[in-house]
Amino acid sequence: MKKIIYSLLCFFLVGTTIAQQTPANKQTEDYSIEGATAHLGNGQIIENSLIMFSEGKIVFAGNANARIARRGTVINAKGKHVYPGFIAANSSLGLVEIDAVKASVDEDEIGINNPHIRSIIAYNSESKIIESMRPNGVLMAQITPRGGTISGTSSIVQLDAWNWEDASIKTDDAIHINWPGSFTSGRWWLGEDPALKPDTKYADKIEKIKSYFTNAKNYLASTNDKKHLPYEATKGLFNGNQKLFIHVNGQREITDAITIAKELGIHNLVIVHGNEADKVSDLLIKNKVPVILDRPHRNPNNEDDAYDYTYTIAKVLTDKGVLVSLGMEGQMERMNTRNLPFYAGTFAAHGLDKEVALQLLTSNTAKILGIDNLVGTLEVGKDATLFISEGDALDMRTNILTNAFIQGRKISLESHQTKLFKRYSNKYKTK
Amino acid sequence: MKKLFFLLFFLSLTVSQAQDYFPTDKGVKTTENSTFAFTNATIYVTPTKVVKKGTLLIKDGKVVSVGKSIKIPKGTKITDLKGKTIYPSFIDIYSDFGLAKPKRTRSNSRTTQYASNREGYYWNDHIRPETNPIENFKFDTKKAKSLIDAGFGVVNTHLNDGIIRGNGLLIALNPNSSNAYRILDTKSAQYLSFSKSAKSRQAYPSSRMGAMALLRQVYNDADWYAKGNMKNKDLSLEALNSNKNLLQIFETGNVLDAIRADKVGDEFGVQYTIVGSGEEFERINDIKSTNANFIIPINFSNAYDVSDPLLAQHISLRDMRKWNQEPSNLSVLSKNGVNFALTTHKLKSLKSFHKNLQKAIKYGFDKEKALAALTTIPADIIGNNSIGNLNTGSYANFIITSGPIFDAKTTIHENWVQGDKNVINDMTIRDINGSYMLYVNNKNYDLTITGKGAKQTGTIKVGDEKIKSKFSFKNDWISITLNEATGFTRMLGKTINASNVMQGDAFDTEGNKTSWSASIQVKKSDKKEKSKKEKTKDKEVTILPVSYPNIGFGNFTQPKTETILIKNVTVWTSEDDGILKNTDVLLKDGKIEKIGKGLKFRNATEVNGTGKHLTAGIVDEHSHIAASAINEGAQNSSAEVTIEDVVDPNDINIYRNISGGTTSAQILHGSANPIGGRSAIIKLKWGENAEEMIYNNSPKFIKFALGENVKQSRYSNGVRFPQTRMGVEQMFTDYFTRAQEYEVLKKSGKPFRKDAEMETLVEIMNKERFISCHSYVQSEINMLMKVAEKFGFNINTFTHILEGYKVADKMVEHGVGGSTFSDWWAYKYEVNDAIPFNAAIMHNVGVTVAINSDDREMSRRLNQEAAKIVKYGNISELEAWKMVTINPAKLLHIDNRVGSIKVGKDADVVLWSHHPMSIYAKVEKTIIEGKVFFDRDEDLKKRTAIKQEKSKLINMMLKEKMGGGKTQTPVKRKDRNFQCDTSEELKN
Repeated sequence: MKKIIYSLLCFFLVGTTIAQQTPANKQTEDYSIEGATAHLGNGQIIENSLIMFSEGKIVFAGNANARIARRGTVINAKGKHVYPGFIAANSSLGLVEIDAVKASVDEDEIGINNPHIRSIIAYNSESKIIESMRPNGVLMAQITPRGGTISGTSSIVQLDAWNWEDASIKTDDAIHINWPGSFTSGRWWLGEDPALKPDTKYADKIEKIKSYFTNAKNYLASTNDKKHLPYEATKGLFNGNQKLFIHVNGQREITDAITIAKELGIHNLVIVHGNEADKVSDLLIKNKVPVILDRPHRNPNNEDDAYDYTYTIAKVLTDKGVLVSLGMEGQMERMNTRNLPFYAGTFAAHGLDKEVALQLLTSNTAKILGIDNLVGTLEVGKDATLFISEGDALDMRTNILTNAFIQGRKISLESHQTKLFKRYSNKYKTK
Repeated sequence: MKKLFFLLFFLSLTVSQAQDYFPTDKGVKTTENSTFAFTNATIYVTPTKVVKKGTLLIKDGKVVSVGKSIKIPKGTKITDLKGKTIYPSFIDIYSDFGLAKPKRTRSNSRTTQYASNREGYYWNDHIRPETNPIENFKFDTKKAKSLIDAGFGVVNTHLNDGIIRGNGLLIALNPNSSNAYRILDTKSAQYLSFSKSAKSRQAYPSSRMGAMALLRQVYNDADWYAKGNMKNKDLSLEALNSNKNLLQIFETGNVLDAIRADKVGDEFGVQYTIVGSGEEFERINDIKSTNANFIIPINFSNAYDVSDPLLAQHISLRDMRKWNQEPSNLSVLSKNGVNFALTTHKLKSLKSFHKNLQKAIKYGFDKEKALAALTTIPADIIGNNSIGNLNTGSYANFIITSGPIFDAKTTIHENWVQGDKNVINDMTIRDINGSYMLYVNNKNYDLTITGKGAKQTGTIKVGDEKIKSKFSFKNDWISITLNEATGFTRMLGKTINASNVMQGDAFDTEGNKTSWSASIQVKKSDKKEKSKKEKTKDKEVTILPVSYPNIGFGNFTQPKTETILIKNVTVWTSEDDGILKNTDVLLKDGKIEKIGKGLKFRNATEVNGTGKHLTAGIVDEHSHIAASAINEGAQNSSAEVTIEDVVDPNDINIYRNISGGTTSAQILHGSANPIGGRSAIIKLKWGENAEEMIYNNSPKFIKFALGENVKQSRYSNGVRFPQTRMGVEQMFTDYFTRAQEYEVLKKSGKPFRKDAEMETLVEIMNKERFISCHSYVQSEINMLMKVAEKFGFNINTFTHILEGYKVADKMVEHGVGGSTFSDWWAYKYEVNDAIPFNAAIMHNVGVTVAINSDDREMSRRLNQEAAKIVKYGNISELEAWKMVTINPAKLLHIDNRVGSIKVGKDADVVLWSHHPMSIYAKVEKTIIEGKVFFDRDEDLKKRTAIKQEKSKLINMMLKEKMGGGKTQTPVKRKDRNFQCDTSEELKN
């Protein structure tokens, strides 16, 4: 049986290589996009805009009325919209191809504390799932390992590359830790009530995390004959080069996580998931800790929560002054990463200003990931990673891309899926 | 102390009964005089027949006479019970007394067991009507004592194991006797439940609906067996048939199960007596309409410890309310005329029985009814008129109390069973409770005596200072030792008859003898204050109202059918009319009455629709919400089960779905097996019960499934046929071939064994039931169409159908619809070629296409999923919208009732803030059959109400804790998420 699956899988992987879109070459030809409504990603809009880019960088972003020479190929985008490429935070694209096929899964290493485990080298830039992101405007992603307490180290990539090395925008940007929850469920198989009860081991678990980082810190401060790879990997956390992404839910847990990280001398913090972050917004603001929210298309956590709790949380946090972004983790997270724009759209439907909602996929994410010097807005000097859409890219009906560029390279918007679409549409036409 | 009690217990042996025809070799044959008279007592012959200052005369374990002027024969032992009360001993007719539950069979094998362990019995190991518990009965003296202490005289016990559990034993709790006398009946009842036997690991049934289907099949088979049609011996069916006329007691764990059990019984003309859950108040009308007798437990939960606000915020309103409301259950049942007996079943400690009952009484339960529920009613239910009363000829089972039985202050002194005395709190021990002024060593002390009987203890103070001391009261002697800085003082004494003074000798630390005395002090002001306090405490009982369902966002009053006129709205008809701008729609009597411009109707509630959009309610072809079970996967066919049996109206997802505009859904069986279970097609009428939610004259559907799930691809060791797609084809062919043969036999007029599975398959072949088949890849899709064609019917719907685009031409030819996801893929191997353009291609080729959820979250925003079809494949908005309204309605054969805005159809409509497929669209109102089930403004009010009610409950719980009440640790409800491949484990 296994053999069959395996050989089928091999067959399929071979198929993938053939199906994969060829990455675009380095930008040699300049582009001018004229007449579109430009959503800069920083909250501003330019109607009838002119965006020009050359050698991979934006060289002009302003009004089309400007008396300035158009460079290279001029794309008439009147009536259309231009956006900075969307960035998926906390994603696992390229680490798993098919959820149910173990041989294709590379996201969760064994062990509890794995700061040395690096996602970037397993990132399969030829994944069929990745090419299906681009027609929806998702052009960059933070590739994050899963599992354990310390899952490992993430990197940030752009989604049009021959291999992981070419794909990388920022390698080893952050270390990810899964903070324990203060509730635990009863072991129903032992006849216990399966409801969630306060975890009596919560304090122990926290203590273990504390002592792990304390040991790492002590190790780094001393000279050592024998290398300790995991501790070595945490260096960036203490010298400020790397961020600590704390995957955590709950008022108590978020408070504990921030307090303890600060005590340990880790100051560059990001909260991921952040259920109940609205209840500790003062703490977040005081410590300048941003939050990467989960997709709003999920059910509220508690039976008594408002049905739209997950839809309105972004507005609540933004209004309080917390820097917010959107991430992908959970059920069918990879294939659903292409729905990122619609998640932002849902936040906009439930009170968030549309341009602010857009920031959750662009400038806010870039800031939180520490790549805002490169991407996240349509501003001069930034990477020309952007796309043109027929209409509002946050709305399903009008998120229809005509062109997309990564670092100025005009990328293919085709995929395994569009090929099948064409192939079978033709089957019925010719019949 | 405990030892002492045991001793007392055995000392109380009065008559050792031996069968009189047994030989004796211990001396000459003697007979004790066993005539007793109890005089001057208040005697409850029954709860309604009370004799004051009466006499009870018993002989040889039976009541001889009872009344005011009874002639007492010579030689009778007379006990004067002045001031005492006599009640019939209690009866618990749902017990497992003396019958240890078998331990679960352990196995290291992780392979599912499909076959039975037994031979000569029914094919399913969980059907055990042949169980004869007398073989394993062992009188449990310790348990008997605790029952006797609580006032019980008789229990009806059974082996608590399996779905059909065999007969029960009616046992007198007489520890002094032998089984020869204790066993009152060996066939007192037959017992049933929805729980499997621990004795077998046979997987079927794995779900509630499977258990229900199994019961039905057993009844059919028993009938078939009784008529002599079975060639083999089946000891289970034989036993079932011989138990047929017994009382049938069915244990359930919640209100929904009680209703379900009753439903199965009704189908076969069996009226079960239902062991309830204590939650009957939540759906009292449904409970009432079962017309069943109930046996109700009274195990009340403790308040949550809410002192930690971070923990407290996680407790759901439903759980908090339960603590507040459940003590009112008995009162609610009683006021609604439900006939019920009480049971100690599920009580962690028998000691809480009286405490809980007192609480129930405080919450409005009538005392007389309480007594009846413990005496005459259980006796009636069990059909034995010689217990539960003290009429002449009845068993001399009675308790002697110091006062009204359900008062907290009352002591049960003795519990006589079959004329044998059991002493609980020796009534000869004087009650010396009170505050005394103790005088010894030329000093005054305050002595306070509390407690009952032999357990009375005293504490000694001088002013506010407590003095170290020992106190005991034994055999009418009071002994006190003081331990002061000046040394020890020992005192021994007695009370002076009938006075409140005690006195005796005292010895000081040097051994000098003096005397001591103590006299009672009555502080009148204290007493008054105390009783006042108690009174106000009684008044403080606040029972929060029940909502439907009884959880957060439930309705306190159900919405009523209204006449509603929606003015000047953009109407998405989902009909040929397309979109009608600036139009009015009138809803009346639950139907769409009129569509037009400038409509007027007197007394209609007008809704201004300017700038808004009105659509038909969304129909979800594939959902798993609102169900207590989804998969009966323990066999490769489960055509006998139906989701209609397990619709759960208490699921919050119903509310969340209507908040997203979904009004109808097919609740499908899962995809664990090729032939799945039958569907429930429901309207999401939040607050109504399961029966009301299911469509009237619902079209009949069944789930089939193909691919990875049915061939157990993700099992490490699947052994169930089929394990390949090749096997799946043969499995279908086999079942339909057998169903053909079944129908031929059935039509021939010859006797046939009624088989629920075959009946279902015959319905399919006769086009009375329709298949919605879970499907992924083109090969198997084509295969199933061919199988169907071979047997002369059509597949109605392929659901999921992710490779439908590859065989859309063949689908059109066959005439099957496709209900698909908008954009799901990559989660398993068979969805590699799933593309979001699937719906568009199928639609373009001519397939009726619906977009479904299979996900309780997606089902609350199917409007967005429809919008994706505009994006992927460039389908017009009108057509895309039909994919979540009229198209799924067509696929479900309910398009004559719902799915579009058309005069005469059900008034199931949704008012949207924006274009319904815009990402910015929000639902403002969801109306089903003219009733507003969701309204944005009302929702905001509900949120505030939840917050207020929670604070109220938190304050009540804090008060309970501060008042010394017991508390429990907060718990958080675990979210239950059913999808296609979710399987529920039916408890052993």
